[in-house]
Amino acid sequence: MTRKRREALAAYAFLAPDTIGLLIFVAIPMVLAFGVAFFKVDGFGNYQYVGLANYKLMAGDDQLWASLKVTAIYVVTFVPIAFVVSFALAMLVRNHFKGIGWVRSAFFLPNVVSLVVVGLIWQFLLVDKRGALSKILAPFGLGDVSFLGTPSLALGTYVVISVWFLMGYQMLVFLAGLKDVPKELEDAAQIDGAGSWQRFRYVIWPLLRPTSFFVVVNSTIGAVTGLQAFDLVFVLTKGGPARATSTVVLYIYEQAFTFNNMGYAAALTTVVVAILVVCTGLMFGVTRGGRFDED
Amino acid sequence: MRIRFFPILAHVLAIIAVAPLLWILISALKPAEDVFNFGWPSTWTLDNLQYVLLKIPMPRFMLNSAIVSVTVTVVALFFHSMAAYALARLRFPGRGIIFSGIMSTLLVSLPVILVPLFLVAKQLGLLDSYAGLIVPSIFHAFGIFLLRQYYLNIPRELEEAADLDGCGYWRRYWSVILPLSRPVLASLSVLFFLANWNAFLWPLTITRNPDLRVIQLGVSGMQGQYASAWNLILAAAVIAAIPTVVVFVAGQRRLVDAMKTTGLK
Repeated sequence: MTRKRREALAAYAFLAPDTIGLLIFVAIPMVLAFGVAFFKVDGFGNYQYVGLANYKLMAGDDQLWASLKVTAIYVVTFVPIAFVVSFALAMLVRNHFKGIGWVRSAFFLPNVVSLVVVGLIWQFLLVDKRGALSKILAPFGLGDVSFLGTPSLALGTYVVISVWFLMGYQMLVFLAGLKDVPKELEDAAQIDGAGSWQRFRYVIWPLLRPTSFFVVVNSTIGAVTGLQAFDLVFVLTKGGPARATSTVVLYIYEQAFTFNNMGYAAALTTVVVAILVVCTGLMFGVTRGGRFDED
Repeated sequence: MRIRFFPILAHVLAIIAVAPLLWILISALKPAEDVFNFGWPSTWTLDNLQYVLLKIPMPRFMLNSAIVSVTVTVVALFFHSMAAYALARLRFPGRGIIFSGIMSTLLVSLPVILVPLFLVAKQLGLLDSYAGLIVPSIFHAFGIFLLRQYYLNIPRELEEAADLDGCGYWRRYWSVILPLSRPVLASLSVLFFLANWNAFLWPLTITRNPDLRVIQLGVSGMQGQYASAWNLILAAAVIAAIPTVVVFVAGQRRLVDAMKTTGLK
């Protein structure tokens, strides 16, 4: 056996466990979703071919459209707020000061506990009237506000909690990006008379583009299909009140495992995949892949 | 002026950020009737923690979670490092395609493939079993990617010495590459352990049997069973959170290193 041949065989052997695993547990399910979408699957696992019926069903499914709207609102509020907050935190803890280690850890700590625990914590803090937040807000006349019980407020509350949970992680990503901004460039700009805003606008911001792009893509995908879109709402509100926090992934889960509509759930899965592909494509197009230069 | 203001602001914000966590810890140590009282508890008590540990099969849930998290972490790191070694160091036909194929799975998150993955797992007879909790959680491109990045930076000469000694590829991987990857494996093990200990959606989907319940399921189940007994729910939440905070504090530097490399370099 030639050396080349041996090297190739060794490589395939090294790759086999993970590649086979990814095929069975990621790639095949992905493809399967597109197949199952054409079937009606009953509780006993009997498959019946129904053509496009599952897709036709979607048009009249008000709860689906409500969930899509919830997810859309969640994305357009969560992504920018999380971006600004975590970027501001990164700038705040960028340069050394006394106790910086503890401060950075403190911002990251919410990300360490599980979303289930996060959900329970905030449910407790937001218990109507008796909860800590109501007591803090009582002097301002807001003691009676039900943050998780009012449809118009629940989604906003969910956004704020998600930001609290994820800001530390995104802050670390920004810090890593900021580390690559050469100090000399900033110093040079300062010598040339650039104020702190100008240094930020013309030195740091352009150099940070790839990082910013990564954060936006990552947090958008997370907001649509991440665990935060399921675990947190499942524990916090179960999609309520009045379906005000019913995200698409929660709705798919309910269709599949509460109502046993596996075929319909699979069809919904394919729609979410399509939306994600379009979103990611759009972001790549608009930002030109987050490249450095403007041209 | 500015030099003084921002660090103080940072400290204040840091306290606000951890306040909810501290609040829960303190509340879990209050007697049931005090749990909503504002401020410091009049008496400290371990009754809530004790009740949850003794009356609810919390130790069983924790054991299940420990079995699953540790097994997934160890097996995943082993498989991922093997795959990463091949992708970083060996030349073979189809390397580009296999690499981009693996990377493209990064876009797929669990909630997206949940329904078809459940159907696959059911076909494979993985429902309601430890295997069902463990096996599908092993495979993830993230670890392969990070390890490959790391291996690209290990000097080739180290391996060539082993090659001259007549070592095969397995020996080179096992006795040269693997020992050199201890730091990155340590970082990833912190990350993997946390992710699996905190996993909720997959265990919720794949298990019905109460004996297989993992900690996050056990804790979220408290909600329904002990609807208004917040002292007990919080005690359970604290117990579920403690191992993660301990792992974080112990492996903090490693975790931060791993996070920083996420998709950036």
